[in-house]
Amino acid sequence: MGIVINDLSFAYGKKKALNKVNLSLTTGFNVLLGPNGAGKSTLFSLLTGLTQTVNGTININEDDLSNNKSKIMSQMGVVFQQSTLDLDLSVKQNLLYYASLHGIAPKKALINIELILSQLSLTERLHDKVRTLNGGHRRRVEIARALIHQPKVLLLDEPTVGLDVESRLLIISYVRNLCTELGICVLWTTHLMDEVEQSDQLIIINKGEIQAHDQSSLLCEQYNVDDIYQLYFALTHNTEAV
Amino acid sequence: MTFNHYYYCCLGIVKREISRFIQQRSRLFSALVRPLLWLIVFAAGFRAALGVSIMEPYGTYITYQEYIIPGLCCMIVLFNGMQSSLSMVYDREMGSMKVLLMSPLPMPFLLCCKLIAIAFLSLMQVYVFLLCAQLVDVDISLLGYLTAAPAVFLIAFFLGALGLLLSSLIKQLENFAGVMNFVIFPMFFLSSALYPLWKMQEASIWLYRLCQYNPFTYCVELLRFALFGQLNLSAFSVVLGATVITAVLALISFSPKFSQQR
Repeated sequence: MGIVINDLSFAYGKKKALNKVNLSLTTGFNVLLGPNGAGKSTLFSLLTGLTQTVNGTININEDDLSNNKSKIMSQMGVVFQQSTLDLDLSVKQNLLYYASLHGIAPKKALINIELILSQLSLTERLHDKVRTLNGGHRRRVEIARALIHQPKVLLLDEPTVGLDVESRLLIISYVRNLCTELGICVLWTTHLMDEVEQSDQLIIINKGEIQAHDQSSLLCEQYNVDDIYQLYFALTHNTEAV
Repeated sequence: MTFNHYYYCCLGIVKREISRFIQQRSRLFSALVRPLLWLIVFAAGFRAALGVSIMEPYGTYITYQEYIIPGLCCMIVLFNGMQSSLSMVYDREMGSMKVLLMSPLPMPFLLCCKLIAIAFLSLMQVYVFLLCAQLVDVDISLLGYLTAAPAVFLIAFFLGALGLLLSSLIKQLENFAGVMNFVIFPMFFLSSALYPLWKMQEASIWLYRLCQYNPFTYCVELLRFALFGQLNLSAFSVVLGATVITAVLALISFSPKFSQQR
């Protein structure tokens, strides 16, 4: 179970965004790290099927994304970088709407929603309008939404950007727990290196190419560096994030 | 995917549109104020200037107010269709459209659900308007209310599909103002909504021809007959044909391949 990408290339006109990307991700916490413009969002867009794959293939849970989009989407949860909640509707209305898009009956959806919201300490906000929530709470609602249909693959595009430390820690620890408890495959896209742990599978992307992919501690050993910061710098020559 | 999946999905999309409509109370208000102003102010002024002779489906001379009722109902549907497409553009800019696109259910089905929701809201607004119209002595029979429903639904489907098509072609929210000038106004004024086509023919033959080629004219005529419990077959055929063509074009324009090419 997981994501397998073969020879994936993509260009915006003449500008290459991804160049022959090959990746194999299994269950667990996978971190995709790269500077701005490295190709993270393009890869994310291709993985979610929002952009059509032209060159290369993407297999999710052994199904080809081009041919089995419906099946794959029913097993995939996504948290986009930009908030996609309807601000004028309540938390409950937003979540029920999403559940309905997956064909889940409202009664069944509500059971899942209450469980997930309680885990994310959001039960009290169920009837509040999203507009009244702070950034951290909105992010948690989006994570809850991505989990309603119990996905086997969870994709998160820079989910902690702009959040305070407390919210960041809560979200990242919750998603890490999901990996161990449910055995799902998580792809966590970020440019924040302090979110990477030694045991995580780390993928470093730069200029549309995968620079390295392995357990982060092993990569540090392999490149003879002390930490992720040095590793990142060595592979991207980018001081921006450091 | 079973029938239940499709059912809950459609229900969810319709519910969401209704919830959003209820949240935006001013939307209902403005949807009603516009045609009511036409009916109460404009029609009252033109009543004396414009006489409407006996014409189908009316069995006798009618007041101008009575004449423009179908046109004003279609105006509500037209504005609602365009408003919905505006909200689609907004959804796309805000990112909420991605949520819809991530559904495992097929895109044509999701867009059809959206159209059903648009049609349902249009129907609701038209009925509220017709009830208000009773206050200015416009009488519609119970049969008229019943037979108007499928006509309004079909017209709303057509204009909703047109709105979806436009929303896929409009890249920025700011460009939407153009829709007002290039779609809504020409469609409405170049039709039989405000004056019978023979009046237009007397004034200008090429304007008359334009009105004849405008599918909105047939929407108005379909509803005019439906409000009298009658079916105008030629108008029905044109509106149905226009609905099918526009819906197919809207579906194509929303396919990822087409979006990517643009």
